[in-house]
Amino acid sequence: MTSGAPLLAVSGLVVRYGAVNAVREVDLDIAEGEIVGIVGPNGAGKTSLMLTIAGIVAPAAGTVTFAGRPLGGIALEDVVAQGIALVPEGRHIFASLTVMENLLLGATIRHDSRAVAADLDRFFGMFPILAERRRQPAGQLSGGEQQQLAIARALLSRPRLLMLDEPSLGLAPLVVDQIYALLGTIRAQGVTILLVEQNAERVFGIADRVHVMSGGKFALGGDAAEIKSHPRFDAAYFGVRMREAASEP
Amino acid sequence: MERVVQILADAVSVGSLYALTALGIGLIFGVMRLINFAHGELITFAAYTLLALFGQPIPIMLFGAVSVAIVLALITERAAFRPLRNADPTTLLISSFALSFFLQKLLILLVGSRLKGLDFLPALARQIEFAGVRLQLLQIVTIVVAIVLLVALTWFLKATRLGLHMRAAAEDFRMARVLGVRANKVIAVAFALSGILAAAVSCLVVVQTGVVQPRMGLQLVIIAFVGTVIGGLGSLSGAALGGFLVGAATILLQAFLPPDLRAFREAFVFVAVALVLLFRPQGLIPARGLKERI
Repeated sequence: MTSGAPLLAVSGLVVRYGAVNAVREVDLDIAEGEIVGIVGPNGAGKTSLMLTIAGIVAPAAGTVTFAGRPLGGIALEDVVAQGIALVPEGRHIFASLTVMENLLLGATIRHDSRAVAADLDRFFGMFPILAERRRQPAGQLSGGEQQQLAIARALLSRPRLLMLDEPSLGLAPLVVDQIYALLGTIRAQGVTILLVEQNAERVFGIADRVHVMSGGKFALGGDAAEIKSHPRFDAAYFGVRMREAASEP
Repeated sequence: MERVVQILADAVSVGSLYALTALGIGLIFGVMRLINFAHGELITFAAYTLLALFGQPIPIMLFGAVSVAIVLALITERAAFRPLRNADPTTLLISSFALSFFLQKLLILLVGSRLKGLDFLPALARQIEFAGVRLQLLQIVTIVVAIVLLVALTWFLKATRLGLHMRAAAEDFRMARVLGVRANKVIAVAFALSGILAAAVSCLVVVQTGVVQPRMGLQLVIIAFVGTVIGGLGSLSGAALGGFLVGAATILLQAFLPPDLRAFREAFVFVAVALVLLFRPQGLIPARGLKERI
C-alpha cells in the first residue's frame, strides 16, 4: 500500500438484517489509485459491505471514513458528492429514460454544464454504442451495453472511488473482457476502484489487492498474486461455500 | 347534430376535469407509491378559499386558491407523509384516508357542513357560437385549461433538470438518490404540482356547480382514482387517459342511456372499469419498470 492516509477506511463494520449478521467486524483500507477486489461466494456479505459504504444500508457498528471524513449519518443522496460512485448489482439503469437522460442523471451533483458536456463527448468516444443509441430508452440496450451505461453514468459524477458490484454477472465472456479492459482505462485516469465479484479469476487479473470474504468476514487478504496462489485460498473461498451449501435445507 | 356536439363537448370537458384530478393523484403515486385521498381536500380547501375571498378581484381569488392548495399540499407532505416515508404502502394509504377525514371534519368545524352558493365567474356560463354550434364558454375554458396544464406538466417533466429527477425517482427512487437526486426536494415539488392541479380543478368545478361543500373534493377524487387505476397506476399518461375516459363515460352514459337506467350510470361505468381490469390488469398504459419505493 502507498504511504499516507487511505482514501477509504472501513473499521469494525457490522451490518445486521434483523437477526442475521451479514457483515461481522470488517476492516478495509483502500489507498488512492488502487484497485481492490473482494471475492467470495454468494451470501458472503460482499454486497452488504458495498451498500454500507455507499450509504444505502446503515451499519449496526463500525465506521466508514472517506478522504478523512466520516460518512456516518450522512444522507444517501450526499454520499456521491463526497466522491463515491456506485455501479450496483443488476445495474439499475432507468429503463424508461433515454441513454442520454441516464447519463445526465449521473451528473446530478454537478453544475458545470460545459464540463459535463465535454465529459459526455469523451464517454461517447469511449462507448460508441451509447453515442449511437443516446436517444433510445435505456431498457432497449443489451446487458453489456447497460453495464457500460451504468459505469459511464457513475463516472459522470467524477468520483474518486468507483465501486462495482458483480459487473460480470449475466454477461457473455467476451463482453466481460470489454468491461474489465474498461476498468483498466478508468484506473489509468486516476480513479480508485473497489470491485466485488464471485468471479475470482477476473478479479485476480486486474486487482492490486484481493480480500476473500465468507460468512461476513475477510477470511484472507493481500496482494492479488499472493492470494491467487495462496494455499488457503480454495479453503477460504470454496470451503465455506460447500459448508453453506450443505447447511441449506 | 347540434345536441351530439354539445354532449361531446360536455363529455370532453368533464373528462378533462377528471384527467387533471387523476394526474394529481398519479404524480404523487409515481414518486411515493402513495395513493393520496387527501388530494380531494386540496380541491375542497381551494374552493373554500374562493368563497372566503369572494368580492376580491378575480386574479387575487385565483392566486389565493392556488396558494392555499400548494401550501396545504406541502404541509400534509411534511407533517403526515414524510414521517411515514419508509412505511409500507398500506400504512401510507390508511394515513391518507385519515388525513382526508381530518381535513374534512376540520372544515366542517370551521365553516359548517352546509352547502354554500358561490357565484364565481358567472360570465363563463354564457353560451357562445363555436363552428356553428352553441356551446357553453365554461366547457371550452375547461378543455383549454386542461390542455395548457398537460402541456406545461409534460414540458416540466421532459425538459427540466428537476423533471428528469422526478421521472428517475418515479422509476427507481433509491438509485436516483445514489446519484444525488434529493428525495425531499423531488417529493415536495410533486406535492406542490398536485396542489396546482387541485386548485385548477377546484376553480373549474366551482364555476360549473356554483356551490362549495366539504365533501366536494373526495367525490371527485374517488372517481379520478378509478381513472388512475384503469389508466395504469404509476404511469402519468395512463392517469390522464384513465381519468378522462371515466369522466367522459359518465357524461355519455347520462346522455345516451334509456331514462329509467340513468340513475345507475355509475354502475355501468364500474362494469366498464371491471372489464378493462379483467383484460388489462396493468391498466391501459402500464408503468414501465416500477421498482424501489425509496
